[in-house]
Amino acid sequence: MSREAILNTVRTALGRSAGQGIAGPPPVRLRVAEMDGETRVAGLLRAVEALAGKARRVATREDARAYVSAVLGGKTAVASNAPFLRECGIVDLPSVQSGFTNAAELRALCATADVGITSADYALADTGTLVMLASPAEARLISLLPPVHIAVVPKERVLSGLDELFTIMPLPAARTSSMVLITGPSRTADIEQILVRGVHGPGEIHVVVVG
Amino acid sequence: MSAAFDEKVHNTLADANLQLAIYRATARLIDHRKHAVAAAALPDYQELRTQANAIKRHTIDHLDHYLEQFEGNVTSHGGNVIYCQDATEVADFVLGLAKERGARLIVKSKSMTTEEVDLNERLEHHKLESVETDLGEYILQLAHQRPYHIVAPALHLTRYDVGDLFARTLGVANETVVEKQTLIARTVLRQKFLAADIGISGANFLVADSGAVLIVENEGNARLTTSAPKIHIAVAGIEKLIPRAQDLAVFLKLLGRSATGQALTVYTSFLSGPRRPGEIDGPEEFYVVLLDNGRTKLLADREKRESLYCIRCGACLNHCPVYRKIGGHSFPWVYSGPIGAIITPQFLGIEHEPSLPFASSLCGACAEVCPVKIDIPKVLLDLRAEVKQTEERKGENRLERLAFKIWAWVMCHPRIYELAARVAAGVAPAENGKWLRSAPAVMNLPPVRAWLSQRDLPPAPAKSFRELWRKR
Repeated sequence: MSREAILNTVRTALGRSAGQGIAGPPPVRLRVAEMDGETRVAGLLRAVEALAGKARRVATREDARAYVSAVLGGKTAVASNAPFLRECGIVDLPSVQSGFTNAAELRALCATADVGITSADYALADTGTLVMLASPAEARLISLLPPVHIAVVPKERVLSGLDELFTIMPLPAARTSSMVLITGPSRTADIEQILVRGVHGPGEIHVVVVG
Repeated sequence: MSAAFDEKVHNTLADANLQLAIYRATARLIDHRKHAVAAAALPDYQELRTQANAIKRHTIDHLDHYLEQFEGNVTSHGGNVIYCQDATEVADFVLGLAKERGARLIVKSKSMTTEEVDLNERLEHHKLESVETDLGEYILQLAHQRPYHIVAPALHLTRYDVGDLFARTLGVANETVVEKQTLIARTVLRQKFLAADIGISGANFLVADSGAVLIVENEGNARLTTSAPKIHIAVAGIEKLIPRAQDLAVFLKLLGRSATGQALTVYTSFLSGPRRPGEIDGPEEFYVVLLDNGRTKLLADREKRESLYCIRCGACLNHCPVYRKIGGHSFPWVYSGPIGAIITPQFLGIEHEPSLPFASSLCGACAEVCPVKIDIPKVLLDLRAEVKQTEERKGENRLERLAFKIWAWVMCHPRIYELAARVAAGVAPAENGKWLRSAPAVMNLPPVRAWLSQRDLPPAPAKSFRELWRKR
């Protein structure tokens, strides 16, 4: 293919030679805000609400299960393999299916389920964002195909924002092939700038902070 | 100005509904951005711009290094990098892969780079079904139109247009409620996502130290495109590189805010390679197509190289008084507005539409709102100089050059200037208020008339500034 041709043209254009080193890039700019745990949680809940998401703080894991159970109201749900969901007893709720390791099976279920339930590896307080890393515990499609997404997150995982995320995880690719940040329900404004929620992803999102 | 450009501009100006649609959409985007970058919302906005500019400058100046680093990291995660010089090479690669894998159906998320190479048309020509999945882009694909705006591709269409279009092309009832139209698209496209063999996306950034593709979006169609099918192909220009994942803390804060006023778009996907052992879902194959298509030509020009810093936020379009009148389809290529005016002639060659660098009032709004601080007016001026030098070499436009020589001479001779001004003041404006156009027959000479077809001056006052000044 055109690899050598393009790289050579680039080098010639820049007056560089193959394998020539570089002076270091500008220093990384990360400014982590000082923020105590309660401020983080309060910020996250506020930001999620501002995005038309539903945010709820619960004290215990049992409360988390009760909240999820009330939202489900008997609707069918698929839950991820996140250990925290098991610890909360959410995977044992009657209409919840979980424990999938087969992609095709999981996909078929996600395509018909009413609700997808996940945890999140982190949440960002300032933007109301969930950080989802693909892993054996978290599949990609659970937070994407069903029309409703519920994320249950222990309060220790709430970070101040992007700068803290990239400080504690400078190389996301070292941990996963897919890191997705979710900030509010799926939306579009492509027709006459009129806001519509739930285009391809979930139109309803619940963030439950535990602890 | 070419006849085609001229005609499109006039048609747009004459269409009152279209004028209103452009004005409203851009006004809203301006407003959203203004609140999002205000000191109360983002105190270090200017510092972030400076940092973004420094990072882009550094990366573009050492692009070969970062391309190789990126390639190495993609490969180490089990992905593949394909370098393509032009549209044909991109299409050949996708077609070849589709044939090898027996693929028939392709889903696509929004990508200006694939618009650049007419990828859909090329694939469909070879009997592959390639479906756009961003709502705006899907509408445009059904309507056989190209994007009107970098981030709001269908801003020129009303919900009534969309209702007619869906009824005609999808065989559904004519529906004019936007929520219901969205549901129609969701239902049709959901089936495509679940059946597709290949997903093709663009990329907002290519992260060198991670071998990752970063995609921002609001609908979820890019997530579906990159995680449902077995094969993911990302198509990106070679200028999209940034050195480190940590630099995203700077760029992500600027991109969403500048584009739509969002602190972050709904979905931000950071994808590095195919799914790994243990991961439950995701593509089994991962390819990144790195496209030149004229970019290296531009790279050689140290003065104008900064045109490649663009992160496609669209803020310069929204703030441009020219774009807001002439709209996106008046521009000759997929990129419109100020950024289109500087990259189109550089990617395609200046002879492609030499009037483009002149379609600007040089007011500077574009440079002021650019999140990576591209000095667009300066590049426009450089391009104008290039156009004029080319004309001079070819001996074109002698009359215009003569006119400006005379003008310069008059401006340098105060007495003659004053005499000319007095004569001019004697020309009364016509009833419609037009002034120069109502002047004597000499103004009807074809070249003068052409010049005046786009311009006029306010009538000269009874007393000139000089006269008033002398009386003080």
